Amino acid sequence: MTDRPDRSLLDPAILRPALLDSLRKLDPRIQVRNPVMFVVEIGALITTVAWLIQAFGGSPLGGGHQPAWFAFSVTVWLWLTVVFANLAEALAEGRGKAQADTLRAMRSDTVARLRDGGTRPAAELRPGDVVVVEAGEVIPGDGTVVEGIASVDESAITGESAPVIREAGGDRSAVTGGTRVLSDRILVEITQEPGQSFLDRMIALVEGASRRKTPNEVALGILLAGLTIVFLTVVVTLKPFVEFADADVSLVTLIALLVALIPTTIGALLSAIGIAGMDRLVRRNVLALSGRAVEASGDVDVLLLDKTGTITLGNRQATAFLPMPGIDERDLAEAAQLASLADETPEGRSIVVLAKQRFQIREHDLVAAGAEFVPFTAQTRMSGVDYGGRRLRKGAGDAIERWIAELGATAPPELRVELDRVAGEGGTPLAVARDEQVLGVVYLKDIVKDGMRERFDRLRAMGIKTIMVTGDNRLTANKIGQEAGVDDVLAEATPEAKLALIKEQQAGGRLVAMTGDGTNDAPALAQADVGVAMNTGTQAAREAGNMVDLDSNPTKLIEIVEVGKQLLITRGALTTFSIANDIAKYFAILPAIFAAVWATSGSADGPLTDLNVMDLGTPESAIISAIVFNAVVIPLLVPIALRGVQYRPVGADALLRRNMLVYGLGGIIAPFVGIKLIDLLVHNLLGA
Amino acid sequence: MSGWLQFALLLALVVAIVRPLGGYMARVFAGERVFLTPVLGPLERVMRTALRVRGDGLDQSWKQYARSVIFFSLASWLLLYLVLRTQGAHPWNPSDLASAPWDVSFNTTSSFVTNTNWQYYAGETTMSNFSQMAGLTVQNFVSAAVGICVVIAVIRGIARRGDGTGAGGGGGKQSPGGLGNFWVDLVRTVVYVLLPIATIGALLLVTQGVLQTLGGPITVGTVAGGEQTLSFGPVASQEAIKLLGTNGGGFFNVNSAMPFENPTGISNFFEMLLVLAIPAALTGTYGRMVGNRRQGWAIFGAMVAMFIALVVVITLAEGHGSVAQHAAGLHTGAFDGSTGGNMEGKEQRFGIAGSGLFDTVTTVTSTGAVNSGFESLTGIGSLVPMIGLGTSEVIFGGVGSGLYGMLLFVILAVFIGGLMVGRTPELHGKKIEAREVKLAMLGALYMPFAVLTTTALAVGTGHGRKSIFSSGPQSFSESFYAYLSQGNNNGSAFAGYTGYVQPNGNNDGAFGITFADLLGGLSMLFVRFFPILVVLAIAGSLARKRVAPPGPGTLRTDTPTFVVLLIGVIVLVGALTFFPAFLLGPVVQSLTTSLF
Repeated sequence: MTDRPDRSLLDPAILRPALLDSLRKLDPRIQVRNPVMFVVEIGALITTVAWLIQAFGGSPLGGGHQPAWFAFSVTVWLWLTVVFANLAEALAEGRGKAQADTLRAMRSDTVARLRDGGTRPAAELRPGDVVVVEAGEVIPGDGTVVEGIASVDESAITGESAPVIREAGGDRSAVTGGTRVLSDRILVEITQEPGQSFLDRMIALVEGASRRKTPNEVALGILLAGLTIVFLTVVVTLKPFVEFADADVSLVTLIALLVALIPTTIGALLSAIGIAGMDRLVRRNVLALSGRAVEASGDVDVLLLDKTGTITLGNRQATAFLPMPGIDERDLAEAAQLASLADETPEGRSIVVLAKQRFQIREHDLVAAGAEFVPFTAQTRMSGVDYGGRRLRKGAGDAIERWIAELGATAPPELRVELDRVAGEGGTPLAVARDEQVLGVVYLKDIVKDGMRERFDRLRAMGIKTIMVTGDNRLTANKIGQEAGVDDVLAEATPEAKLALIKEQQAGGRLVAMTGDGTNDAPALAQADVGVAMNTGTQAAREAGNMVDLDSNPTKLIEIVEVGKQLLITRGALTTFSIANDIAKYFAILPAIFAAVWATSGSADGPLTDLNVMDLGTPESAIISAIVFNAVVIPLLVPIALRGVQYRPVGADALLRRNMLVYGLGGIIAPFVGIKLIDLLVHNLLGA
Repeated sequence: MSGWLQFALLLALVVAIVRPLGGYMARVFAGERVFLTPVLGPLERVMRTALRVRGDGLDQSWKQYARSVIFFSLASWLLLYLVLRTQGAHPWNPSDLASAPWDVSFNTTSSFVTNTNWQYYAGETTMSNFSQMAGLTVQNFVSAAVGICVVIAVIRGIARRGDGTGAGGGGGKQSPGGLGNFWVDLVRTVVYVLLPIATIGALLLVTQGVLQTLGGPITVGTVAGGEQTLSFGPVASQEAIKLLGTNGGGFFNVNSAMPFENPTGISNFFEMLLVLAIPAALTGTYGRMVGNRRQGWAIFGAMVAMFIALVVVITLAEGHGSVAQHAAGLHTGAFDGSTGGNMEGKEQRFGIAGSGLFDTVTTVTSTGAVNSGFESLTGIGSLVPMIGLGTSEVIFGGVGSGLYGMLLFVILAVFIGGLMVGRTPELHGKKIEAREVKLAMLGALYMPFAVLTTTALAVGTGHGRKSIFSSGPQSFSESFYAYLSQGNNNGSAFAGYTGYVQPNGNNDGAFGITFADLLGGLSMLFVRFFPILVVLAIAGSLARKRVAPPGPGTLRTDTPTFVVLLIGVIVLVGALTFFPAFLLGPVVQSLTTSLF
């Protein structure tokens, strides 16, 4: 994985614009989008007026007898609360902006050469235009290679410096605008509308411009707004309650209490958490095309993985020649080698390599010898060569059996035995025939990638079931599935079977994720709740999925799921923390307000001063300490908001216990300590 | 010591009831045959015919179900108001009592239709036997039944699958998004649940000496040589349903402190059991209907844990007496002594334990029957009934209303908990999304909102202060308690706060305090029917949702961890909304050395 560097929050390149931004965001038209912080801003406005009136000799608004510096201090800290919230958001956006600037710099303003002559500015290319790109040139827009093969430097978007191969046909045909062709010449058919290129979307994404609230964020927003309304009721009704007890409370104090009670901590950090979540994905080289998909990835129940290239190394390797009785192994190797010479697939190449290793059989120049190659087709499921009057064929066991039967002969029973044995061991058998004679079987072995079992174990611990999808027969598929440690296997899979499997899982109420790269994966990618397309894949696949993995690492889904879960956990944890904080704030502010209530004559302190359990200096210092804590906790929690609360795949119950302990119980205790410390400073050092 | 034993025995019996009664109700509401069907089946058919229900009724959507609830309650309201206003023309009116004024009748009618049973009037000097039986007792049955019907509909919404199949059927044909049929549920509740238990309960109460007569008052010569009028009436029949239906409206003014209502320690114990029976058993019904009995026990566990904590607090606080009592030398013994503690306002035959336990039972449920004076509790002691109310009546709560109120908190807890484990929150496999969170917030937070604003209006205006009797922090407590109690459909009172001035025993010259009557009456109506609409709307939306199978990453809602989270959410919402009011009333009372 090529993690992009995590820029420090205190990096001046990010901090300075963020500071400016946080002031610009004081605009009420922006604040109103966040009801909790909007209430704080309104409160700050009112206390500002209250302070001004007092500063110019008026009496405190709404009663009470606090000095003007009290109103001033409260006012300053309320404004700071809003600024801190803005800063958190601006910092989260700032990191994205820095990336966006790099991306924007490489957006090509080149002039594209069209295939049928003429030129057109890159920005005006439309779908269907075919352009010519040669070595050293920048690809002008997203598209599909329709002719040629080239090595392309995609480091600008993937961060990976090694060049990649892009070629016409097959599953590596997609190219991205802004990347550079290093060698050769290709024709690219443009597939994007102007201004909607991959790069454009990527820029919009990291900048947060296209950010819409996710369903879960909306629900949480409602919860926070509801709490705000209730606390508003609590504070408004407190005024008549206090007056009924023959005491008084000032407007400034009530506003301070309101701001302390409403969930400002989570309200301030909510959008930063969302932006940072997307940013974390981008840094893992995943582009989520919708926030909904990121959130959904945390809920994934079932993960569909292609066997080839994902679980196993992309290519099966020939590892043995298994001759039929009476056939020389060398004879078989030679036939297999000849039948494979024109076969450019990795399997074909590995047969040639094996033949050379075992018997030093060198490649012949067959074309010169008048050989005629028979390419692989989906119908015959065989390939081979007609050479020197002999017809050499290699292919799937049943295909060769059919071929023999067509020639009027029968395959020896040993063939079936050998085929089943190889398949049973998890290998792929290829039968080789010369005319109507079966020579033997080539043993192709799937090599399971290192560390797959651990990854699947981790997915299982997260509660995600893995299903391996393969075109292999059931026997082979099961064997590899077992070796790799997946939960289930879909064998002999066709694109239709894949789609049906996803629909079936979804009908059972499960959320399905899948990774894919080929064009025939597109319907399944679109149907899956989370579809991760490989960047190396086809344009169709990239369009169908709702995420693109620039590293083209199919097990990247583990990280995506973790980010999705982290996103929710961080929101939940900080909400819990925010609400749990209120208890200490009550214990700080209410004894201060109620100090004189029902005091016996001759004493200034009423019975409720006993509730000043933190032993805070004066009513004024108590209130100020509470709102200072309330404000300061926002920047202190910014790192957690941006990094996300750590996720461990330990099961829901254990996770809940842990987070309740840390953020619930911790949220109750922390402010008692914090407010006391601030009061020591405010009261003892500053004399409030 | 015997006090704790009594408590332990009560808990044990409540636990023992959950399974059989819960299972019985689940079968009743599924339309299955139960052992009482041969006896009560004919009555059910008669009532269905009277209500013109065909077969097992149409499977109603949440809107249809809500409409039926509202229609039925509105009709009940009008009928009861008519009965109360035409008392002069009634039979069975031996004392020749006139009707109470319109504003008091408005409050009383709203109170009984909403299962609150807040009483500004004194029963024996205001209500004729006909009003008590045909008016109030009827509402004791049907208002309780409405609560049970609603919770059953809500459970069906949770239990059914998106396509209208699955558990929680009502016996009839199910449709997608359907919640059962209100009229069928109403008849079943009354016939199979309330009537049989209330009948047995009334007979058992009679064995303890509770009155049951249509005769009028008698005047007796007292030992001291004076004369005393003793009111008689059909007490036992009203008493049983008053408790079983968590109604709480006493035949007599002093409610269950009156020997004719609650003569012995045994009747006292039995009355508490009647109160807890249905709210506790409904958790079992829930578990069965959603096909996860552990879930029912988890909710029951959350209720019991909070209940135990409250009983312990009130028993210790009352056993200890208040700071002011100590300062004034009124405390006569150590805590563990037999004569110590605060006996003010308590009946000798129940003692501190029997009174404190009853106080808790009646306020955690929405009953509001009392056997002692709340205004005489110690400060901390009086905090217990207030916490019972302040936690939204979900610790057992009212019949039906307690569980559906609890389910609102379950949804909120599931939402927070789901976030904390990194998964879109689910309840029984159904996703909790913006719509459910919005409705649950409305339902759960409406009560604190209503209580705080009505209290503020009452203490902040001259109109409200007319109703106040006491002074000092008690005057705040009694005002706050009046609106806390009415705003939770409880009905218990910090005696003193009044909406009815009744100078004579026969209503001559009596007048209502219109402000208190209307504010309280409206509060009761809103806090009853608004949450009903909300929970039915949630049930309607849940009924249509697909069910996701549970996996290892799913937040389970039947574990001790979730129970802790649920309690945390309930306590936090209650504590954070009422903390200031608690401080200004009971807490300051508990800290002051002045005797108010």
